[in-house]
Amino acid sequence: MAVSETLATAQPAATPTPPTSSRRRRGRNAAYWLYLLPGAVLFVLVIGAPLVGTLYLSLTKWSGIGDPIWVGLDNYQHLLQDDVFWASFRNTVWMLVAMVVVPTLLGLLLAAVLFDVIGRRFKPRTAAALRAAFYLPQVLPVVVAGIVWGWILRPDGAFNSLLDAVGLGALRHDWLGDPGTALPAVMAVMIWVQIGYPVVVFMAALQRVDPELYEAAEVDGANWVHRFRAITLPQIRPETFVVALTCTIAALKVFGPIFALTRGGPENATNVPSYFAYYTFFKKLQVGYGSAISTVLTLIIVVVAVVFIWMQARSERRDRGF
Amino acid sequence: MAVTLTPSTAPVAPRRPVRDRHHRGVSRWVVLTVVTLAALAMLVPFAFMLLNAFKSPGDYSSGGPLSWPTEFYTKGLRTYWTEVNFPLKLWNSALIAGSVAVLGVAVSLLNAYALGIGRVRGRLWIVGLFLLANMLPQEALIYPLYYVAKQVGLYNTQLSVIIIFTVIQSAFGTYLLASVMGTFPRSLLEAAALDGAGKWTVLWRVVFPNLRPTLAVLLIFFFIWTWNEFLIPLVMLIDNQTQTIPVALASLQGDRLMDAPTTNAGALISLVPAILFFLIFQRTLARGITAGAEK
Repeated sequence: MAVSETLATAQPAATPTPPTSSRRRRGRNAAYWLYLLPGAVLFVLVIGAPLVGTLYLSLTKWSGIGDPIWVGLDNYQHLLQDDVFWASFRNTVWMLVAMVVVPTLLGLLLAAVLFDVIGRRFKPRTAAALRAAFYLPQVLPVVVAGIVWGWILRPDGAFNSLLDAVGLGALRHDWLGDPGTALPAVMAVMIWVQIGYPVVVFMAALQRVDPELYEAAEVDGANWVHRFRAITLPQIRPETFVVALTCTIAALKVFGPIFALTRGGPENATNVPSYFAYYTFFKKLQVGYGSAISTVLTLIIVVVAVVFIWMQARSERRDRGF
Repeated sequence: MAVTLTPSTAPVAPRRPVRDRHHRGVSRWVVLTVVTLAALAMLVPFAFMLLNAFKSPGDYSSGGPLSWPTEFYTKGLRTYWTEVNFPLKLWNSALIAGSVAVLGVAVSLLNAYALGIGRVRGRLWIVGLFLLANMLPQEALIYPLYYVAKQVGLYNTQLSVIIIFTVIQSAFGTYLLASVMGTFPRSLLEAAALDGAGKWTVLWRVVFPNLRPTLAVLLIFFFIWTWNEFLIPLVMLIDNQTQTIPVALASLQGDRLMDAPTTNAGALISLVPAILFFLIFQRTLARGITAGAEK
């Protein structure tokens, strides 16, 4: 199992304990279960049971009042023919581009430049200040940031005024109100939100790397591109995995920014599964159908997470030459 | 871990031609300029917000979003402050995020003690389960939680949100602390056991003091994550008495009251606490952000 391997690598082999009678050892370990008890009870109440509840509801028709009616796989058959459902998953792919692909690549480049060029040729404080500017959007309530961006991108908002001011008034546009530009506009906001996370993680990772490596490479005449490819990338591969995984999960779950910017509109151009599920639950009161959407999204996330962790464990084993 | 290049004991570098060094001096300034411009572009939305938060509606309609205000107009801020009862929202957010941070760390510590140090059977599967649970989309839990909360009278109470996020955050905390405790020096534990200390004593006298830095990072993370949460508070908290700051601002979106200065002033004071945490905890965050990424 992937998780077990990842964790196993984090734990050195147990030191052989002095031989005790096996019954006493079992008794010793059993006491630890008591420490898991509060966590386990809470876990079952707040995560386990509701998850099973959602799975069950996805096989029923229910408005939230009265008793759910069992309909088997009906909801799932409807989903497959539902254009909105497919549109929401198409948009998720674009969210992955905006929240995983672009931030990870840009973040690698920025972190390397900040660490290797600016951090080493200017005062460290300069690099730290620049890093803070990129990271700032990450600490804000994303909904509040979304509301500000929504105002900036309005037809009479600051972005259009800026275009006017630099003589590009011809490009004025209702960025979030036009189905053709709403999705790219939301993607731009998401890149802005997300970029700081990889930058900070990668910069911290680079601090682990032995500076002598860079110095030796420089002495050998390796230029910046060589150093980036031969040292930076391989050294921070573990962090790259973690960043890609957490950003992917965040992109699949994205809700707040969509709620604040577009409510999934115009004409579902920016609808995503999580907003679609929320809307189906609480605005259309189709609990069964909403549960089916949530279940599909959950399955996708679980599969993605397991695949990522398995790949990470495999690459670690390869590096150690197993 | 990746293969490390062993630095060869390289011969002394030949002196570089002067042209190259000169070129290098210029190019680093070019790089600095480009990165600084990108960083400034990141801050432009904040500049727009500041510029318009204290601008009167008259100035706004005549000069537009980019004009310099003719007066320092605070009515937008005052309107928002009183209309949404901002101090109460601040208290709700602080109460929820603070309780979740403390309770979440406590639950994570107990769980991880059993998994990382107690090494109970099947611990790897249990930790994996916690990790997956933390990744679940909240839509997969929200309707049953909402329904049950209504049945048991917890709907529209801060307590419901506190309980839910304590569990969600501690799922991550358990995963992280279990891997940290897995590398805890066994000799310390054995020495304490020889002195006759029980498990409870070992947890609080040996493990807890050693993990304090990691727990502090977790505490801050849980606080900020919970502070910024949106979906579950949006569903669970429906009136002015219980709502958190982000939900209060979002539920006023499109309201007649929210003209440009009020919207920007409202967003501004909603962001102030987050920016304050950021400044206070920046160093802790920079240390801790990789805690999940490092082994």
